[in-house]
Amino acid sequence: MDLFEYQGKQLFARYGIPVSDGAPVTTVSEAVEVADRIGYPVVVKAQVQVGGRGKAGGIKLAADADEARTHAENILGMDIKGHVVKVLWIETASDIAEEYYASFTLDRAAKLHLGMLSAQGGVEIEQVADEDPDAIAKIHVDPVDGLTEQQCREWVAAAKLNPSATEGAVDILMKLYQAYVDGDADLVEINPLILTPDGRVHALDAKVTLDDNSLFRHPDYTDYDATQVRDAREEFAHDQGLQYVGLDGSVGVIANGAGLAMSTVDIVNQVGGSPANFLDIGGGANADVMAGALSVIVSDTNVRSIFINIFGGITKGEEVANGIVQALERVQIDPPIVIRLDGTNADEGRKILEPHLSDKLQMQPTMLDAARTAVELAGGNRK
Amino acid sequence: MSIFVDENTKVVYQGLTGGQGSFYGKLNRDYGTKVVAGTSPKKAGTDVDGIPVFANVGDAVAATGATASCIFIPAPGVKDAVIEAAEAGIEFVVCITEGVPAHDEAWFFNKLRRDFPKTRLLGPNCPGVISPGKANIGITAGHIAQAGGPVGIVSRSGTLTYQALYELQQKGIGVTTCVGIGGDPVPGTSFIDCLRAFEDDPETKAVMMIGEIGGSAEEEAAAFIKSSMSKPVSSYIAGVTAPPGKKMGHAGAIVSGGKGTAAAKMEALRDAGVEVGLNPTEAGELMAGIVAKL
Repeated sequence: MDLFEYQGKQLFARYGIPVSDGAPVTTVSEAVEVADRIGYPVVVKAQVQVGGRGKAGGIKLAADADEARTHAENILGMDIKGHVVKVLWIETASDIAEEYYASFTLDRAAKLHLGMLSAQGGVEIEQVADEDPDAIAKIHVDPVDGLTEQQCREWVAAAKLNPSATEGAVDILMKLYQAYVDGDADLVEINPLILTPDGRVHALDAKVTLDDNSLFRHPDYTDYDATQVRDAREEFAHDQGLQYVGLDGSVGVIANGAGLAMSTVDIVNQVGGSPANFLDIGGGANADVMAGALSVIVSDTNVRSIFINIFGGITKGEEVANGIVQALERVQIDPPIVIRLDGTNADEGRKILEPHLSDKLQMQPTMLDAARTAVELAGGNRK
Repeated sequence: MSIFVDENTKVVYQGLTGGQGSFYGKLNRDYGTKVVAGTSPKKAGTDVDGIPVFANVGDAVAATGATASCIFIPAPGVKDAVIEAAEAGIEFVVCITEGVPAHDEAWFFNKLRRDFPKTRLLGPNCPGVISPGKANIGITAGHIAQAGGPVGIVSRSGTLTYQALYELQQKGIGVTTCVGIGGDPVPGTSFIDCLRAFEDDPETKAVMMIGEIGGSAEEEAAAFIKSSMSKPVSSYIAGVTAPPGKKMGHAGAIVSGGKGTAAAKMEALRDAGVEVGLNPTEAGELMAGIVAKL
């Protein structure tokens, strides 16, 4: 789950990481109110989960109330790469002497936490990594030991920040590691981490990705879930407890298991079609789950055909077939459906489906045949 | 022969008294697995369909001599369950549970690596391991696996593991052992661990490897195959057409910052001499071709 900048900063503040005084707002009048309270100049920042908002005009400096009002009016409702700005973060403007980069994430290859620190902040870290990899000081942290202050000092020294930033950087990085671990984050990133002319080190931005699997020990994270940006289809699927990713094609895809669902999306593409979605209904395939999945699929008006790809493992073919038959009685489906049912008791399952077959409900023996039929029914190859 | 587990492996099921634990514990026993014990702190002294339940893994090991465990405990309890098994001297821990926080996984992976080097963890969030005809630990449907070899299977995805077993069964090809390593960011057992074990297993003559987008495990496996494997490998990578930045169901399955793409993984595997199929069926056909030439 990706947090907005304001949520990330609020999370950082809980761990004592210095951030600018500010508040999130959703209206122009609130924006001016907050700006008046915290004192000018202020920065008006669009809250969208996409890079490049500064270039798009989503970050503006305001010297007084008039400017704050103008910027808030312009930025609220702005479309930045398909993300509509609904929330602004208003904060006191900072004087910047130097811009750094700092982050913690999991290094999956090393199976250790990875800290990255660079004196070249304010730009995309991938760009720094490509052009001047030595400019990034890296540190591996064993999760069992945690980050010691000694390690942290050596790391900061290796990054060659301005010496006057050393103490502030060590303090922030120790706290950032705490936020990363205690907060169960997949990523915490400060870019830029700034040094002010008067020698303070300070988080000017906050990028945080939380681990959805950790919600059981962070009940407060449900507040963040409520502000997640999902398209209408994804929202509907989320409410049904289904793993759904919206794509822009015309073949609706339902499969059991993440790998098989990914594979189904691949195979639809391979035979020249375009999948409308990725949808994993998990291990079971009972009528409730199948009906929910079908309702999500048909809520997408681009869908011209539906490909149900089920491999029965522990769940037997006849249970899957009965689930499909019952779901079809409950949900009104216009696009034609192609089913591929394989695995445990597939023959028994196919026998149950047979009396229900028609132009609108077809069965194919293999994934490849089913994909071809579904693509044809969706209007043929896009190529 | 087989890798990791065989007909003599004695297994204790942690969480045997729960719904999933008792369902799969009994199913695995019916398959022929030596399911010798279960654990439940509150139900010690009882039994599940004749399988004795102990208060903890230590008691179960002392009474039954179990050397493997299978965890069906809900995600919040997995960290403690893994360490409990390791402290009891369990050598092979299979964790089926999904939804374990990545920080917990990173913690117990390193804890085991340092303090319990003799304990191998498989998972979390994996279907388990099956040595067909000998032992089935986890949630794989036993009857889709043909016994006898000569192929070993290792896979990051549950349903694609089944699909791979099934493709080979349809072609009359047997499997020595099929290992589902799971789709989480920090799997206890890696592709390389399994490839090395298959390379050392005299009965395994070829290996089928099913990967997916995200991370760099497939690239690392490719480097290992190139440098250290003499046996032929066929492969399939799921998520060829997955859009960047979207998590495809598995916590680990995401293409981010241009890294972890299926194209890069397939390229690395081909470069290592692996025969790469564009879908599971094609990977199965490639394996049939390999087996025919053995």
